[in-house]
Amino acid sequence: MNQNKTFTLDGKTIPYTEGQTIIQAAMAAGEYIPHLCFNPELKAHGSCKLCTVKANGRQTASCTQQPTPEMVVESDTQELNDERRALLQMLFVEGNHFCPSCEKSGDCQLQATAYVLKMMSPHYNQFYPDRPVDASHPEYLLDFNRCILCSLCVRASRDVDGKNVFALSGRGIKSHLIVNAKSGQLADTDFCDADKAAHVCPVGVILKKRVGFATPIGSRSFDELPISATPHPQGACPVCPRSDAATLPPHPKSRGA
Amino acid sequence: MNTPVKPKLRVATTSLAGCFGCHMAILDIDERLLDLLQLVEFDRSPITDIKHCGPCDIGIIEGGLCNAENVHVLREFRANCKILIAIGACAINGGLPAQRNHLSLSSILEEVYHAQHGLVDGFIPNDPELPLPLDKVHPIHEVVKVDYFIPGCPPSGDAIWKVLTDLLAGREPELGHGLIHYD
Amino acid sequence: MTINVHYKLTRMSVESDKGSYHQRVFMISPEKTHAEYLDTILAHHQHNANNLLQILIAAQDVHGYIHSDAIDHLSEQMALPRSKIEGVAGFYSFLHLQAAGDYRVLFSDNITDRMAGNIDLMKSLCSQLWVEPGKLSEDGLVCVGTTSCTGMCDQGPGMLVNNIAINHITAERINAIAELIRERVPLSAWPASFFAIEDNIRRRDILLNSQIQPGAALKAMLARGDNATLQEIKTSKLRGRGGAGFSTGMKWEFCRDAAGDAHYVVCNADEGEPGTFKDRVLLNGYADTVFEGMTLCARIIGAKQGFLYLRGEYRYLLPHLQAVLQKRRGQNLLGTSILGHEGFDFDIAIHLGAGAYICGEESALIESLEGKRGTPRNRPPFPVTHGYLNCPTVVNNVETFASTCLITTHGGAWYSGIGTETSCGSKILSVSGDCERPGLYEYPFGVTIAQVLADCGAQDTQAVQVSGPSGVCISADEFNRRIAFDDLATAGAFMIFNQTRDMFEVARNFVHFFAHESCGFCTPCRVGTQLLSNMMDKLADGNGSPYDFTEIEKLNVLLQSTSHCGLGHSACNPVLNTIEKFRPAYDKRLAHKDFIPAFDLDRALSQARQMTGRDDTGAHLESSHESK
Repeated sequence: MNQNKTFTLDGKTIPYTEGQTIIQAAMAAGEYIPHLCFNPELKAHGSCKLCTVKANGRQTASCTQQPTPEMVVESDTQELNDERRALLQMLFVEGNHFCPSCEKSGDCQLQATAYVLKMMSPHYNQFYPDRPVDASHPEYLLDFNRCILCSLCVRASRDVDGKNVFALSGRGIKSHLIVNAKSGQLADTDFCDADKAAHVCPVGVILKKRVGFATPIGSRSFDELPISATPHPQGACPVCPRSDAATLPPHPKSRGA
Repeated sequence: MNTPVKPKLRVATTSLAGCFGCHMAILDIDERLLDLLQLVEFDRSPITDIKHCGPCDIGIIEGGLCNAENVHVLREFRANCKILIAIGACAINGGLPAQRNHLSLSSILEEVYHAQHGLVDGFIPNDPELPLPLDKVHPIHEVVKVDYFIPGCPPSGDAIWKVLTDLLAGREPELGHGLIHYD
Repeated sequence: MTINVHYKLTRMSVESDKGSYHQRVFMISPEKTHAEYLDTILAHHQHNANNLLQILIAAQDVHGYIHSDAIDHLSEQMALPRSKIEGVAGFYSFLHLQAAGDYRVLFSDNITDRMAGNIDLMKSLCSQLWVEPGKLSEDGLVCVGTTSCTGMCDQGPGMLVNNIAINHITAERINAIAELIRERVPLSAWPASFFAIEDNIRRRDILLNSQIQPGAALKAMLARGDNATLQEIKTSKLRGRGGAGFSTGMKWEFCRDAAGDAHYVVCNADEGEPGTFKDRVLLNGYADTVFEGMTLCARIIGAKQGFLYLRGEYRYLLPHLQAVLQKRRGQNLLGTSILGHEGFDFDIAIHLGAGAYICGEESALIESLEGKRGTPRNRPPFPVTHGYLNCPTVVNNVETFASTCLITTHGGAWYSGIGTETSCGSKILSVSGDCERPGLYEYPFGVTIAQVLADCGAQDTQAVQVSGPSGVCISADEFNRRIAFDDLATAGAFMIFNQTRDMFEVARNFVHFFAHESCGFCTPCRVGTQLLSNMMDKLADGNGSPYDFTEIEKLNVLLQSTSHCGLGHSACNPVLNTIEKFRPAYDKRLAHKDFIPAFDLDRALSQARQMTGRDDTGAHLESSHESK
């Protein structure tokens, strides 16, 4: 593999290998680019647009864009951060994000990203959508109020678990997450704790019951250090939820098993 | 050389549809309150018991808007305060009171005053002294222009102190890691 | 007490609604019935998941919606997860997962329909049928709503009843329709005159004047040779007629040279841009030429299979198009060994859309062809290398394919001699709005706006929207500009607004259109188009201040810079254009000096007033409270 190829990210030289996207190379080099719908363990999607950078002057999602030699990439600029903050504000008003009542608070990627981008208010008018909670499953709760439509659970369930427990339905502002059951209830799907999909939600939609406050507020992922400075184990994304399921044996129903 | 005595800044505070938790957090500034009092004097506030807000430099609003009275108070603050600060989750995104927003107000009133178990001949209070509830709870920036926000439920005393001292020093307020919190 | 009674009544009516719903479901849906009709549909579509959208459209035809039990059956028979089927069905606005009425009436809601009074007509129909817009009647009989432009702007206002077009709606026609629905007269027994659709060809040039005999272009190609024919197309300098204007010859060449298991030809007849209707007329009167153009392409790129993706609004054209295809098969112009040339095998299938403008974007169209949600793909790779089923695919506009027949029969040099240096050949414009003779006008490229306005009998014109909401709005001082790729590039929409029209309302209609049609994939477009829509409504409601104006401008920048595809990029064009050129239309809506709320505070107390019976001064709020 040719290791000599590089591009610059905010002036720093970043090496990359063929096939890597900008964000992957940046992560491997220990650089943080804000992101929500990207998780290095899953196929990139390019929908949240938080990871938008300027590559040779053109705005593009860094999770889907591959670098070219000597490409000049800007990420941590006021212009881009202002845009990212506005995108976060859109996500906050689109759903019902009431952090004080959310057991994901402190571990939530949306919240932590909003902290580093200094989002002081949702700015826009709240949509206050009506999204009933699904508490049917014995082990898991689905609180759709916080869904940001990143589709990580959809991809994890489809591509890793081979199950299709989750899907997006609707269109435009009416887009919403659904589960694979005639009743529309998680309890009637084959979803289980061993699923990758159970462990990739960047916000507080897919929650394991009865463990919500096992880690007290104050000792959570982004309490000590901001999401942008969270240490980096082995080039993996430090901030994306990493599933223990990845080390579990493949689920009997998973594709190819 | 005599330094001219700087006039103290006037600050007003109020709680709309909130729980006074943010006001308790203001008290969490602790002994620094004494420093603060060297620089500011309070207008309308639970601390002073002044009932109406006069011309002020800074107005601090806790809580969102859930009824007509909240709107009147908010407008009084906006009209009188040069700088308006929304403090806490409820003022900023509706917070806990806004959790009723997916229900219709009529069904809520119906449930509370007519249908609830144990009620006999319940009726919906209609005393003109009582402010009427709005059909939805709103954050304050949806009704007036707000200059600054201090998020948190409640924000820490340190966060409040930071924003106030930044403003008093003429700096753009900024909350760093650990001070900016939504919960 | 009166309030109490009112609420009880509401609750009862909700219950009775549920009751009738269950009864209806029970009546029509024993499990066996679903299996019966679905198996026929599945067999017709080879149980192929790529045909899922087509299967769902056919399934819906049976009961007017896709029953939950039907999804069970499809899921089982196609080995597809239920979530996928529901996800696809939920994307398309013409598909319903719940009972949507025996009569589903959708008023076309383009600005030209608005100008022709569609909203009053809809209100009239609703009041005659005792229904609220967008809500199914309690007896499950009818639902009345709006839909994006149905492509009938030259004969509007238009509507769709169970996805079949009815135009020239008048108050009398509404009365008749209300009666027909009340009497439950089947659509097939409605007066045939209701369904008449005119071509309204007003000016013909090379394409609309052409009378190419079926097979003539194919024979010319076979005589000349494939490479030489491709060369002619390149020589002609033909550029895509969908608006983007990519060189057709180069696209075909790239696709031919791209490696893949198979190659595909796709004709984009998802003519969804409001104000465009030329493809409707071409498919009605020139279907042979369009199909022949696709066949030329197939020969050159080496495709065996082609698709015509027909927007759901043009479904009435389907029998005609199928008949033309059948005739061509009979003439050996499609099928195996076309015109006796061994190995020249090609056929065309027609896929229907189901109410999703975004599917006009070529990668979203391909997703939809594959039976998926119509979400635009990440590009690159482009369809020429990774299109349908990830194989090299040419996607061209209806008019582009038709034009290739002209070039093949008349030669590239002849074609490139028409029009301008960079925009060769002719362009068909769909003219609508404030003019005496709306319809199709074909001109050599380079025609001025002023010329078109004169020809169609437009008087006192204030503005022309060229290429639809995603195009450009031009004002009177620019009417000397020309229709050409290097001036005003267009897919053909040409909507005219006279001096009486409010250009703010034009922009607001377009912004609503984009919000309705956003696919929802990316954050900025999904939420941003809705926010933009709300902001324009705020101004329209008289609650605007300079603050809101600044907000709109900021949102415009964000949408343009961060959206995933052209829909998000162009969603703000109508606003930007009209702000630039018709600023007074905005200024008069920024009446308030200070920020005021988007909602009416006094109205926000109305439920409480009603529940308490209060009407004292304390029970009211002034809507604005301006500081002096």
